This record gives sequence, C-alpha cells and structure tokens, in this order.
Amino acid sequence: MADEEEHQETELSDNQKIDIAKWFLLNSPPGEIQYVAKDLRSVLRDDNAYQMAASEAFPFYNKTHIISLQFPDRSGDVLVSSFSEISEDEYLDPRTAQVGKIDHVKQICTDIRPAKDEELPTPYIEEYRCALDAEVCKYVAEAYPKATRLSPQNFCNGSWRSIWNIEFMDELQTVEVRGKMQVGAHYFEEGNVQLEAQHECKDSTMFQSPDDSSFSLANIIRHHETEYMSSLETSYSNLPDSTFKDLRRKLPVTRTLFPWHNTMQFSLTRDITKELGIEK
Amino acid sequence: MEAALGLMRRIPPKHTEAALSALVSLLPSYSSDLLSQVDQPLQVLCDVDSAKEFILCDYNRDADSYRSPWSNKYHPPLEGGLYPSPELRTLEIEANEVFSVYRDQYYEGGTSSVYLWEDDEKEGFLACFLIKKDGSKYAHGVRGYLNEGGWDAIHLIEVGPEVEGMADYCLTSTVMLSMTTDHENSGTFSLSGSIRRQMKAELSVADGHLANMGKLIEEIEGKLRYSLDQVYFGKTKEMIWTLRPPTELPSTRLLP
Repeated sequence: MADEEEHQETELSDNQKIDIAKWFLLNSPPGEIQYVAKDLRSVLRDDNAYQMAASEAFPFYNKTHIISLQFPDRSGDVLVSSFSEISEDEYLDPRTAQVGKIDHVKQICTDIRPAKDEELPTPYIEEYRCALDAEVCKYVAEAYPKATRLSPQNFCNGSWRSIWNIEFMDELQTVEVRGKMQVGAHYFEEGNVQLEAQHECKDSTMFQSPDDSSFSLANIIRHHETEYMSSLETSYSNLPDSTFKDLRRKLPVTRTLFPWHNTMQFSLTRDITKELGIEK
Repeated sequence: MEAALGLMRRIPPKHTEAALSALVSLLPSYSSDLLSQVDQPLQVLCDVDSAKEFILCDYNRDADSYRSPWSNKYHPPLEGGLYPSPELRTLEIEANEVFSVYRDQYYEGGTSSVYLWEDDEKEGFLACFLIKKDGSKYAHGVRGYLNEGGWDAIHLIEVGPEVEGMADYCLTSTVMLSMTTDHENSGTFSLSGSIRRQMKAELSVADGHLANMGKLIEEIEGKLRYSLDQVYFGKTKEMIWTLRPPTELPSTRLLP
C-alpha cells in the first residue's frame, strides 16, 4: 500500500500547504511556537507558504495565549490580547497609557507611542480601572512568583492564563464577575505528555467606590484562583488510585502478578465452559 | 525527518493522527519511515465469524485487508494473503486466549490481539501484542470517573533463535493514553501523552515463549504506567506549581 501511495504522490496545492502549516503553528504548546516554527520550516521546504501561514497564525496564537512583551525601552510590558488590541499589530498598555507596536512573528515589541485620547477610557472609568489594577497587581505579586520562566532545556513548559470579565451594572448597583482559567503544561523528555485544564466561574459584588470595589474584586479573584488550585491538587491526587485505574490497574483484579507459568488453566476452563455451553 | 519527529514531540498527543497524516502528505518520500517511527492510536474491526473485535496494525495487514487472530481470516477477504506457519499459528491461538485473560485482569475490559510471524532474516520470529481500552464512563470505565479516556499499548517483540536452550527477547513498547475528567466545580482536567521504552532479556526456552514474552510485557507495562503516573504527570504538576505556588485561602474561615 505504501508503494502505491508513493506512485500516486501528487503535489499539495499552495493553499493546502498553508493550511497544514497554520494548523501546526496554532497547535503549538504554550511557549513553544518558535520551536514548532523552526521544525515546520524545514519540513515545509517552501518559504512563501511558511510566511503566509505565519502571518496568519502568529497573531491569533499570540492573542489566544496572551503573551506579554517588554517595551523596547524596558519601561513596562504590553499584553497581546483581543482586549488590548488597537489594530492587528498595536496593543494598549493602560497602566502607562502607551501603545506598543508588535512584530507578531518575532514576538517582540518594536516601538511605543503615547496612546491617543480616544484610545483611552474616560476619567470616570479610568478611576475604577486604576484602582482595580493596583489591587490586582498586589495580588499577582503575592500569588505568582516573578520569574515565571519557561525551561525548554529541561523538556518542560507551561502556562497559566486567567481572564476576568468584570461588568459594572449601574442600574442594579452590582458588579458581575466572570472568570476563565486555562492551565497547560508539557513534559517531553523521551515522550510527550501534556496537561490541559480549564475552569469557568461566576461571582458578583456590590457596586461601590473605586477603592472598595477594587478591594472586593481582587478578593473574589484571589478566592476563585486559590480554590481552583486546590481542585487541581485534588485532580492530581485522584490520579493514581482512581482516575488512572479506569485505564489500567496497578495490579490485576486477583491482586497477584499474572500466573504466566500456569496458563494452561485458562485454555482448559475455556474448553469446559464451551462444552457446558456457559460461555459469556 | 528529524524536524518531523521534533514536531511530533510537541503537537498535543490527542492530535497525533492528524499531525502524522499532515506530515506524510508534506513528505511523501518519508511516509514509510514516518509511519514506522510514529505510533498511531489503534483501530478495531469486528470479526464477523467469531463475533469478536480485533485490533488493526501493520503486522496483520496485507494489501488493504487485516487478518483476525480469532478466525484467521482476512477482512475484507483477500486471495493469497500471508499467514503464519502452522506451528506459529498454534502459538498465536494460545497467546490470544491467554492474553485476553491477562487483559481482563489488568484492564477490566478493552480489546486485545496478538499477531505472530516468521522473521525472514533471522531464524526466530516476531510477535506483536496489542491492547486497546476505552476507559470512559460510557465504555469500559468500571468506576465511571472519566468523561473520556483511552489507553493503547503496542508491544513488539523480536524473538531470536534457540541456542542451547536460551533465546534473546527484544521488546519495544509504546503506550498512548488520554484521560479527561469534567466536574462542575473544577472544570475540565485532561492529560494525554505517549511514551516508548525498550527492554532486552535472554531467557530459558524451557518456560515457553508465551510465558517469557508475557512476563516481559507485564513488567514493562507496570514500568510504563508507573513512569507516566509518577514522572510524567508529576512533571506537569511541578510546572504548574512553579507558575502559581498553591497558597492558603485568606482566613475568612476563622471569622465567626
């Protein structure tokens, strides 16, 4: 069959190559798209197709994975996400009121400019944003160690993404909170094992002053993320003896190693059950 | 080829099939190398004669048909297909029966198939032991923990010729697995992966080839399961714990 296939070998169209290349890039594990890109280029052997695919896949990947890029002058960072997007290659950092220009494929911030007035929130909203930012920064500093390094040299990668949607409802005087946490990890020394976990949650609080709202919102986020961590802990600790057991047991149901030295019994029992017509 | 294998180490294991077929279409001249070096999730067919399922692989395939280990017939029927010698077929029948019992004791369900064939180059023979288990609560997950769960094991054994009552056994084993749990208060939690290991041994033929091969398989399956559980899953957990070390919830519980 393999031989026939080789004879029927037809060139893939450019569009098919681009689609395949995009598929590989978009399925890169967190933090590994550059490694995938490098291997992909040598497999593809078609730089035009690669460039086309990269120009479409990278922006999408960067936004979904919310990559953080440092400003060229190191005065801050900008998050690449659909929430901070001004144009395909421009992203707003509301904290410094600057807009970073992004090279998606190289995954660097090449330039910054001050944000225009119409790109920034109104002073009323900014007061809430600023207060909330301060509280969330405090929480992030205490919960996430600064150097979240990826270590491909240790065959290990991982990412944590949380998106918190907060809706201030003027009329009801409430604040609705929707959270989505996505966690991924990849270990690939002599193998390829990946974890993907995600969880969504909802909460709400009262509409108060910027400072009071921010304080309770940061607490809500802290509460849900800490709870999610402990549910991940539970999922991991359930693995060996319950979850994994439904795939394969550590020991046979008989709780002793399989009697390979005495397997005649199985054939014999089968013959008897067959003769008696009591086979399952 | 190296780059292609590099991609296979990074693409999520649940996409193995799609990634492999994409690579084969990009690199048709490497297709047989790719297909032999990258293991794919196993497929099953139903043997109509014996009303049992059997597993498909390259070792029971001839043209586009697959030989069932139960009826020894090709599906779909094939004129002049390859068959093992009568002696090997006898051992194959016994191996399939015994391995089904082994599979039931460790897996509490699932499907298994064993295929044997002559080694044209050397005097010994080759054997392939396959297990496929769907452990989801909708299939053979007896405890019902998994929304989705699969374990595919491939054990390929080269058995050398008998020399002074001894034979060399070389075993290459791959396990591919995936499992997903989904709970309202903890969301979806999904682990998937594949690992491959080798093991060699020189054993006395007096115990019988089947017993020797069986013990090796039992040992390596235990090791693979252990390293997936302790090493591989453990590393993913370590990674997440580095990203966000677990903290105690603030002491709201202490308030009256």
